[in-house]
Amino acid sequence: MFEIFGIPSQALFGQLLIGLINGSFYALLSLGLAVIFGMLNIINFAHGAQYMMGAFAAYLLLQYTGIGYWGALIVAPIIVGITGVIIERTMLKQLYKLDHLYGLLLTFGLALVIEGVFRNYFGASGLPYQMPSSLAGGHNLGFMFLPNYRGWVVGASLAVCLATWFVIEKTRLGAYLRAATENPTLVRSFGINVPRMITLTYGFGVALAAFAGVMAAPIYNVSPQMGSDIIIVVFAVVVIGGMGSIMGAIITGFGLGVAEGLTKVFFPEASSTVIFVIMAIVLLIRPAGLFGRG
Amino acid sequence: MKKMIGAVAAAVVALGLGAAAYAQSGTQTVKIGVLSDMSSLYQDIGGPGSVAAAKLAVEDFNKTHPNIKVEIVSGDHQNKPDVGSSIATKWFDADGVDMIVDIPNSGVALAVSQVAANKNKVFLANGPASSDLTGAKCNPNTIHWAYDTWMLANGTGKAMVKTGGDTWFFLTADYAFGHALERDTAAVVEKNGGKVLGKVRHPLNTSDFSSFLLQAQSSKAKVIGLANAGGDTINSIKQAAEFGIVKGGQSLAGLLVFSSDVNALGLETAQGLVLTATWYWDMNDANREWTKRWHAAGGPNGKVPTMIHAGVYSSTLHYLKAVAALKQSKDGAAVVAEMKKMPTDDVLFGKGIVRQDGRKIHPAYLFEVKKPSESKKPGDFYKLRATIPAEEAFRPLKEGGCPLVKS
Repeated sequence: MFEIFGIPSQALFGQLLIGLINGSFYALLSLGLAVIFGMLNIINFAHGAQYMMGAFAAYLLLQYTGIGYWGALIVAPIIVGITGVIIERTMLKQLYKLDHLYGLLLTFGLALVIEGVFRNYFGASGLPYQMPSSLAGGHNLGFMFLPNYRGWVVGASLAVCLATWFVIEKTRLGAYLRAATENPTLVRSFGINVPRMITLTYGFGVALAAFAGVMAAPIYNVSPQMGSDIIIVVFAVVVIGGMGSIMGAIITGFGLGVAEGLTKVFFPEASSTVIFVIMAIVLLIRPAGLFGRG
Repeated sequence: MKKMIGAVAAAVVALGLGAAAYAQSGTQTVKIGVLSDMSSLYQDIGGPGSVAAAKLAVEDFNKTHPNIKVEIVSGDHQNKPDVGSSIATKWFDADGVDMIVDIPNSGVALAVSQVAANKNKVFLANGPASSDLTGAKCNPNTIHWAYDTWMLANGTGKAMVKTGGDTWFFLTADYAFGHALERDTAAVVEKNGGKVLGKVRHPLNTSDFSSFLLQAQSSKAKVIGLANAGGDTINSIKQAAEFGIVKGGQSLAGLLVFSSDVNALGLETAQGLVLTATWYWDMNDANREWTKRWHAAGGPNGKVPTMIHAGVYSSTLHYLKAVAALKQSKDGAAVVAEMKKMPTDDVLFGKGIVRQDGRKIHPAYLFEVKKPSESKKPGDFYKLRATIPAEEAFRPLKEGGCPLVKS
């Protein structure tokens, strides 16, 4: 066994893998943000709250309808996505012609309200959510013990991220979407219902957040503030990747997970700051972000 | 318009005169401020439940002292020392508050303790953990009631070492409270013949602990001590189960675990965890009876009261007894001195004393979290493993370094 900077290589491989796993949450969340920003030009500050709603929806589904983890992975994003559609129809719609700041303020306010309501009903300390028994346990990889659930998280989020990227960048539907952001009037003249497409896009972005929330429920504490703990990091990821860049969000999400994981080995006290240090450096060198245009 | 202003002015004058007349009628008024985390991670261990507990104390006190009128106000310190101090200052200076109780955050508590001393008012610390409140930072206006880091370390640390857990690795929250808890526990471990193999300090409110847990796992220590609180503790325990830490033969020692945390984890995940507390709602009939009243008085539904809530009740009651004995509440140091002179006695903590350094003395209990199959009802979390007698539960008077202690 060899050593790198005084850390046994085994431990280092373990930490790299762990970083990749955490990165998949960042990737999933920043992907939703990037989709919403890229297509709607809205900075969705309610994303953390919607992630939290996904986790709570999983808990409530289990508690009141007996729908377990696998069902919740599908049902919870749909429910939370519908709330997103309602928000878009009733509130966000009015703001597209205004400055970015208005969307940011509205969604930030919504996030505070949603968090407050959940805290009022469920308290602050959190709710239990068990891991599905089919994913309990784990494998010894030689250099580390990998819980099956973490393996599933990486696989599932990679699949979802790549599928989303494919739909938006490589299909006809995605082409309509991208065209609608560039010039909605022109696209409408081809007979495409642009407002409905925008609404569904927001609903989809929100559903992605809820999907990440369900994925998080078995391993992270399901509490009203779980979203606000992670959302700031995710925003940093999106900024580093380049606002609105889908691939940028995915790659930076995984990359920063690894960077953070390594910091936890070499300088654990700084692990919550390292992402912001990277953000500052990237913004100085490439103000549009690593994958941003312009 | 002029008429209306006149009417308002007249009403104000009348009200003012009324209040003045009331104050002179011989009824004494005491004002209590419950300062807590009302909107964030510690709201379940203190928060609205602490207000309910204070109400119960007032209710019970007024049964024997109906002519002392007690008012309760509450505030949210948002876990920020500056916010906490400015509320405390306003309460003491402008609103006529005589005593502040609770504060589930050591940083805020240390700041408010200073304010109480400067203004000669009273601070009854129930929420904070840091044993410095009765150590180097003690003062004649502060009493530390429910628990502290030394007592937690001594209870859980000693028990783990005695049952074979003689090598330790710490997961420590990187701020004043975590450092104090780690320091106090490491001392106990080493004093009892154990060894600390390593530690890792994580930032407050970390959601993923897998990296730290891997480090703990590879240290091969028999015990992983969690010197953190709230969401951090919950996340570490949840993920330790996932990584098979306990199945692999290492044990977890939750150094500060509240019943609300066990509730958030679920018994499936939390079972077998050993922890120390000074009060548990389901320990005897008196506690169960009080819990019912606590819910009726506004304790949050679906939650059980914590030792902090019990401490708020017990300390407020004792405070009011001292105020009644002195017939005044304005000289804080005098009230605290009286509280130290009178023996304490209430349904929740039984008989006890308040020491010179401001430390309230009562027994502590070592609990183990039940298996899901052993739990008969909601909130049925713990079984008692050992009782630590009052004289051993807290740091010996001489060792704290409190300047109030005359040797």
